[in-house]
Amino acid sequence: LGAGAAVMAVLPFQVQAAADDAIAEFTGGADVAMGGVELTAPEIAENGNTVPVSVSAPGATAIVIYATGNPTPGVATFNFGPLAASQTASTRIRLAGTQEVVAIAKMADGSFAKASSTVKVTIGGCGG
Amino acid sequence: MASGVKPRVKVPKTAAAGDTITIKTLISHKMESGQRKDKEGNVIPRSIINRFTCEFNGQSVIDVTLEAAISTNPYFEFESTVPEAGEFKFTWYDDDGDVYDTSKKIAIG
Amino acid sequence: GNWSRLAAKQSLTQDDLLQFDTYGNVSLIHITDIHAQLKPIYFREPEINLGVGDAFGHVPHVTGADFRKLYGIADGSPSAYALTYNDFTAMAQTYGRVGGMDRVSTVINSIRADRPDALLLDGGDTWHGSYTCHHTQGQDVVNVMNALKPDAMTFHWEFTLGSDRVNEIVEGLPFAALGQNIFDAEWDEPAELFKPYKFFERGGVNIAVIGQAFPYMPIANPRWMFPEYSFGIRDENMQAMVDEVRGMGAELVVVLSHNGFDVDKKMAGKVSGIDVILSGHTHDALPEPVLVGDTIIVASGSNGKFISRVDLDVRDGKMMGFQTKLIPIFSDVIAPDPVITKLIDEQRAPYINELTEVIGQTDSLLYRRGNFNGTWDDLICQALIEEREADISMSPGVRWGPSILPGQDITREDIWNVTSMSYGEAYRTEMTGEFIKVILEDVGDNLFNVDPYYQQGGDMVRIGGMGYSIDVFKPQGSRISDMTLLKTGESIDPAKTYQVAGWASVNEGTEGPMIWDVVEDHIRRKGTVHVEPHENVKVTGA
Ligand SMILES: [Mn+2]
Ligand SMILES: [Mn+2]
Repeated sequence: LGAGAAVMAVLPFQVQAAADDAIAEFTGGADVAMGGVELTAPEIAENGNTVPVSVSAPGATAIVIYATGNPTPGVATFNFGPLAASQTASTRIRLAGTQEVVAIAKMADGSFAKASSTVKVTIGGCGG
Repeated sequence: MASGVKPRVKVPKTAAAGDTITIKTLISHKMESGQRKDKEGNVIPRSIINRFTCEFNGQSVIDVTLEAAISTNPYFEFESTVPEAGEFKFTWYDDDGDVYDTSKKIAIG
Repeated sequence: GNWSRLAAKQSLTQDDLLQFDTYGNVSLIHITDIHAQLKPIYFREPEINLGVGDAFGHVPHVTGADFRKLYGIADGSPSAYALTYNDFTAMAQTYGRVGGMDRVSTVINSIRADRPDALLLDGGDTWHGSYTCHHTQGQDVVNVMNALKPDAMTFHWEFTLGSDRVNEIVEGLPFAALGQNIFDAEWDEPAELFKPYKFFERGGVNIAVIGQAFPYMPIANPRWMFPEYSFGIRDENMQAMVDEVRGMGAELVVVLSHNGFDVDKKMAGKVSGIDVILSGHTHDALPEPVLVGDTIIVASGSNGKFISRVDLDVRDGKMMGFQTKLIPIFSDVIAPDPVITKLIDEQRAPYINELTEVIGQTDSLLYRRGNFNGTWDDLICQALIEEREADISMSPGVRWGPSILPGQDITREDIWNVTSMSYGEAYRTEMTGEFIKVILEDVGDNLFNVDPYYQQGGDMVRIGGMGYSIDVFKPQGSRISDMTLLKTGESIDPAKTYQVAGWASVNEGTEGPMIWDVVEDHIRRKGTVHVEPHENVKVTGA
């Protein structure tokens, strides 16, 4: 049990709206299809300050990751060059609490694809 | 100059021409988010690595834009094609204008 | 009385406890979650152990009379005493203490007499949980366990010794330290010191033992104590390891797991090719294995109270059959192995005066195990409120810690057996009513989430000075209601600030006196402690 850990389960409504705005800015308001991009994130974060995430979207020119529950939703944009052997990348991110992480891929034909995954950030602390 | 910034990369020493290799990179950096406050209640200004690139013989493998939600000591893992012998160049760009880089040679064999 | 105790002992013999018709060609011996209990103790099994989702009503979420009925155990029998909670005090007086590593040694020796190449596998939570373990940083238990000659072990609380100490011990271990899910946190690669598996050739059979350490170490315990390591369930990697060992000719695949029972059940359904899972962490003791597909899951209790013998018939690369026995270690019935008794006493000798000092007495049964507050927890919570002048107190829902019978002395060792850890500071802090609810909801979801992969295998945080209701079937955020401050009878105000005392915070830099000192001061002041049955947590929906 972690006394005083600043993890809140419920997120303010305006945070989600900020994520929607950021995504709309990247896509220019175009339709976003589910599928075509894969997002791998743990079900439960070992540490909300360093959560491993991987993205993969064959044929994408860029993939953007958003943490929809963070005060600022943008996390990273991966632009793949001609020598990228796959449109795949992994990094570690900060999550302010339990939330949905979203990946949007921009495909070579200008279309967009989306994947999302909920990561639980827990106070934890009591073990067997 | 941000202090204690040290890049580290893992690249195979050799590959066959046309092979796919996995590259891992780490750079020690506190990635100050700009959202924390000091003891007096003043916001600690943002100071992060905002861009990371990897090139092979001058051609882009990956070019990443980082926001403040990237963890302390930014870590990246990705895959590159190795068309020929040559050198990977890794570059990190700091908010404060500093640029850190390191290189790794790879042989065909 | 004495007569009934005599009669019970006459009817129960070491030969009865060890009787086993050797079967097949391979024997496994499983012991787990010893929590540094080298000497015999009393240990009451849980009264409340609720399962949610698919686990509802299934073992190990069956207790008391339902458990006895399920397994055909007679009321008042030795098995009833060993496996269920009812009438515990009277039966403890009849049947005596359980456990003791010198008795465990006798049982292991007897199995090895039948099957000299039996594999001894330790499921972890071994180097944690006593006065001497704390003061020797695990060396006392390491010395005793090494003498029992295990073949492999996996890990959980060991890591709370800190990674430097863990690395130091593991480097010198004369057996395999396994964990396919122990990774280097920096580069996300398998940790070099811990191998994923080890091969053994026994009875002409190629056996692969794969380790699975506790997946939620950095969440349930302070991650700053072992920052180099990352864990997780990693069932894709588990599948890769099973495929790898099968490819290398393994005819029998055994997973030595510290996942907890429900997580093991889910993993057995996702990962194919595992023959046996030896399950630890959730401290369940089951007389028979549970089958998931072709995988058998064996649960062997805790605190040195049981060991499991698993005999297997493996032919043509296939497990054809199994015979198992959960052997309760009745300390008054099983003769101690004098070599191990001497070794244990040598570990204790430098501390014997501190260990045996009587701090007070109890006129109530003190126990812990169960989903909600046990009487030991109530006593610790009351000590925190009184000694730290708090409104509300919190104590972690750990599953270790022996029981004390009414009328027994409470020694310093007894207090340490339920409090010992490397982060025992008793904090005192202000929390809003809203934040207290967030904590209860958070811990409640780590216990009662319907998906086992979200369960961390601890019990509910124990609360003093406050009552509440919980509906275990609701989702996170809506399980907890009716939070009441007991000293005023008023509802907890989300906006109001309360003084909260607790211990075992996972946060670095937590300050305060050590919990064992707080509890010792309290018991010394009371002389004789008395704990009323706990009625402040109302469980609904179950
Ligand atoms: Mn345990
Ligand atoms: Mn455990």
